[in-house]
Parts: sequence; structure tokens; C-alpha cells
Amino acid sequence: MQYKTSFFLTCIGQFLVSFNMFLGVYFMFQRFHSVNGFRFHEVLLCFSIMLMEFSLAEALARGFDTFSSTISNGEFDRIMVRPRNEIFQVLGSKIEFTRVGHILQAIVMFIYGILRSDIIWDYKKILTVLFMLIGGTLVFTGIFLIFAAFCFFTTEGLEFMNVFIYGAREYGKYPISIYGKRMLQICTFIVPYALIQYYPLLYLLGRGKNWYMFLPLLASLFLVPCYIFWKVGVRHYKSTGS
Amino acid sequence: MIKVEHVSKTYKVFKRDAGFQSAFKALFHKEYELVSALNDVSFTIEDGEMVGYIGPNGAGKSSTIKILSGILTPEEGIVKINGQIPWKNRIAHVKEIGVVFGQRSQLWWDVPVLDSFQLLKDIYSISEKTYKDNLEELTSLLNLSDLLQTPTRQLSLGQRMRCEIAASLLHSPKILFLDEPTIGLDAVSKLAVREFIKSLNQKHKTTVILTTHDMQDIEALTNRIILIGKGRVLMDGTIDDIKIHGDNMDEAVANLYHEYQI
Repeated sequence: MQYKTSFFLTCIGQFLVSFNMFLGVYFMFQRFHSVNGFRFHEVLLCFSIMLMEFSLAEALARGFDTFSSTISNGEFDRIMVRPRNEIFQVLGSKIEFTRVGHILQAIVMFIYGILRSDIIWDYKKILTVLFMLIGGTLVFTGIFLIFAAFCFFTTEGLEFMNVFIYGAREYGKYPISIYGKRMLQICTFIVPYALIQYYPLLYLLGRGKNWYMFLPLLASLFLVPCYIFWKVGVRHYKSTGS
Repeated sequence: MIKVEHVSKTYKVFKRDAGFQSAFKALFHKEYELVSALNDVSFTIEDGEMVGYIGPNGAGKSSTIKILSGILTPEEGIVKINGQIPWKNRIAHVKEIGVVFGQRSQLWWDVPVLDSFQLLKDIYSISEKTYKDNLEELTSLLNLSDLLQTPTRQLSLGQRMRCEIAASLLHSPKILFLDEPTIGLDAVSKLAVREFIKSLNQKHKTTVILTTHDMQDIEALTNRIILIGKGRVLMDGTIDDIKIHGDNMDEAVANLYHEYQI
């Protein structure tokens, strides 16, 4: 935020990027009035919550995104000799406020989705949205963590991880069930996208069981294997010569 | 007390010839060599000792320092520093040590030195009083008073090194690792740094482990010298043990390197 003009322009840029994604969904629904039983405003709710989660995670976990350069220039040595948890030090090394643009767009869509929908809001449903935001941010942070931990073995980041990161953002626009049963199973039991998106959404729309509202919290257990993988990576850290 | 027993560490070093063709070939078939940086290294260092850790380039000096400071995990061997294993109890361990890498800055590049010190105070949770006392002492001993308001990137190498050393001592560590602290310094700064390290060791009984290629550093500071080459400890003795190999320190060490073929 040291550079004001750059900050505002980047924010506007971010806003436009996600606005573009919104237009994609909008024109789709001009043609087809429902996708696999989901109507426009329902998809908007799904999309906006996912985008908020993703942008929050991206803003917080930016240090993991650029972690390969932290490793290759030996910066990580400095982190290791400080008496604080390595993960928090990497997290704290960079916070990306320009993601505010994404979040703003997400909030606009969220409000629009709510106004158009006929959900009757009570404290349980508000709590569910909150759970989704927390769980989702944690799951995406976990994926960023895995992405960073790969750098211990390969020094460079792995491009295929972007399938899980940006791919998830693209596919996450629609409730995961529309991609078929197999996909839903993978996203439930392996990478728990469905737990933060599809199931709680069903509950919000009044089509799911009550306990679906707690699934996003369950999804945050995903951080445990991510953390273990990271720890294994730290043990493999090779530093640089000198 | 620092206890190192049978520590080994190997690196995979990838090899390929120059040029596009071999770069393409290396995509599918990577050739690498296992280079053993440390091979069954053992030594013990008592509290309050000053030890020079010398050896030619690539002998494993930095690797040892990195293992002792908890950055690297060795494949084999035991290291116990004041009862702790550096890479297992990393956070508790690094609170007790200070590390200066001559080649790499510990300070935040864009902010005044004093801001970096403040950050370190928070990171190490140093109490207000200790911080103030230490800062005062370090400022006067290392002559920092004019430098504290300057951003790190605008300091000269000698000025920066003095600030680095101060930064690594703010939390009054029991052990100080210095990895080539006088590299590239002019005569005046070198003398100042040496003088300071000496007085630190005498006054606070800080254990100092020093790697350097500058034999005058070694002569001025340490009594005990550990010579390492090709990942093995070749000699563990006093300055006099080395001096008998030549007319002056540099020559003696060069002769020793020849003798051991390292």
C-alpha cells in the first residue's frame, strides 16, 4: 500500500476480473434457466461465497504463493533462525490487500443473490455462511500450503497445483454436483471442496439435512495433512550454498 | 555445551553440460552426484569457549553452522546443544542462539535499523529492560549511534555488519555463530568487530563459533581451532598446533591444506 495509484488500479483490475466471471455466469443463465436444478441466484450465492473464501485465503496466504523465491534466494534461512512458527512467519511476510477488489465484487454478488432468492434467514443460516467462509478460507490456505511445501523438493513451484488453486475457483462457480457423481466424491473425501460449498449450500437453500451446516468446520481438518506435508518439507530443506 | 556426534549430511548435486542440447536431455534423464558435505563429524564445545572453525571453500563449514542453528536436518548423527536437538526443538533452541551470516542480511532491507531491532524485540519477546540495556551497550561498543536511523540498504558493508552483529545479540544469546563475519570489511571495521567479539566473550561468557578464511581473525580471537576438509574433522587443536606448520598463519594453513590434500 506504499504506492497509492498502483494499489487502486490493481483493486479495480481485480474487481473487473471477477466481474467478467460474473458476466460469464449471467449470459449462461440468459440461455438456460437452470443448471442441474440450480437457478441463477442460487448459483450466484455459491459463486460469491466461494470467491470471498478464495480471495481471503489468497490475501492471507500470499507468502506461500511466492514461496519458491523465498526458498531459492535463501531467505528461508532467516525464518528458520527466528523463534516463531515458520508458517506464521511466511504468512506474515506478505499480505496482499489488493484482493479487496475480488472481495468487493463477491460481496456485491452475494447481496444481489440474497435479494433475488427466497431464503428465510435465521441465525442458523447466518452461522452456516460464517462457517463456510472460515472453512473455505482454511481449505484454500491448506492448498496454498501444499503448493509451498512442494518447493522444498522441487525448488520451483509446480504448475499442476494451479489446477487445484485456480481451477477450484473456476469450477467452484457452480455447485459441484453438476460435474457428476465421481467429481462430487473426489471433492468430498479427498480435497474437501464440496464440504465448504455444495453441502452447506443445500442447507442454505433448504434442500439439505441440518447437519450439513457443520460440514465446513469438518473440512478444516484438511489442514492437518497439509501441515504434516509441510513439516516433512521443512526437514528436506536444503538451503543454498555459501 | 555443544555436543556433535557422528553427523553426516549429503547433498544431491545435479550435473549437466552447457548448451541447449544437454539442457533438453537433462529434462528426461538427470544426472546427479551425491556430495557428502559432512561425513561423520564429531566434536564437543564447552560453555564460554571461542572456537575457530576453518577449512577450504566447500569443506562443510556453513553446513555445520546451519545444522547447529537448526536450519538443516542431518541424515545421521546426534547434535545436542544445551540439552536440545536443534532441528527438533527449533523454537526453544533458536531463542538461545544468535547467528550472523556474513553473506546474508538479517535486517529488514527498507526500514531504519532501529525498526528492525524493534521487530526483533517482538519476535524474541525481549523484555523492555533487557532490550534497553542491551541496545545501550551494543550501541556504545559497536559505535552505532549514527546508524540506527538509517535504512539498512543505505549502510556500507562495514556499518551493516556491525548492525547485524548487534541484531543477533539483542536477546542475549548464550551461543553466537559467526559465519564469515569479517568478509569484505576494511581494516578499521575488522578491528572493531574483532575487539567487540573478544570483549563479548570475556564479559558475558558467550560461546562463540567462528568460521572464516581470515587467519588474522583466528589468531586474534580463538585458542581452539577445528580444521575441516571434505566433510571430515582433520584436526582439533590449538593455534600453536597450526603455527608449527609454517612461518605465519596463512602459510601454515596452506601447508596443512596441502598435507591433507583438501
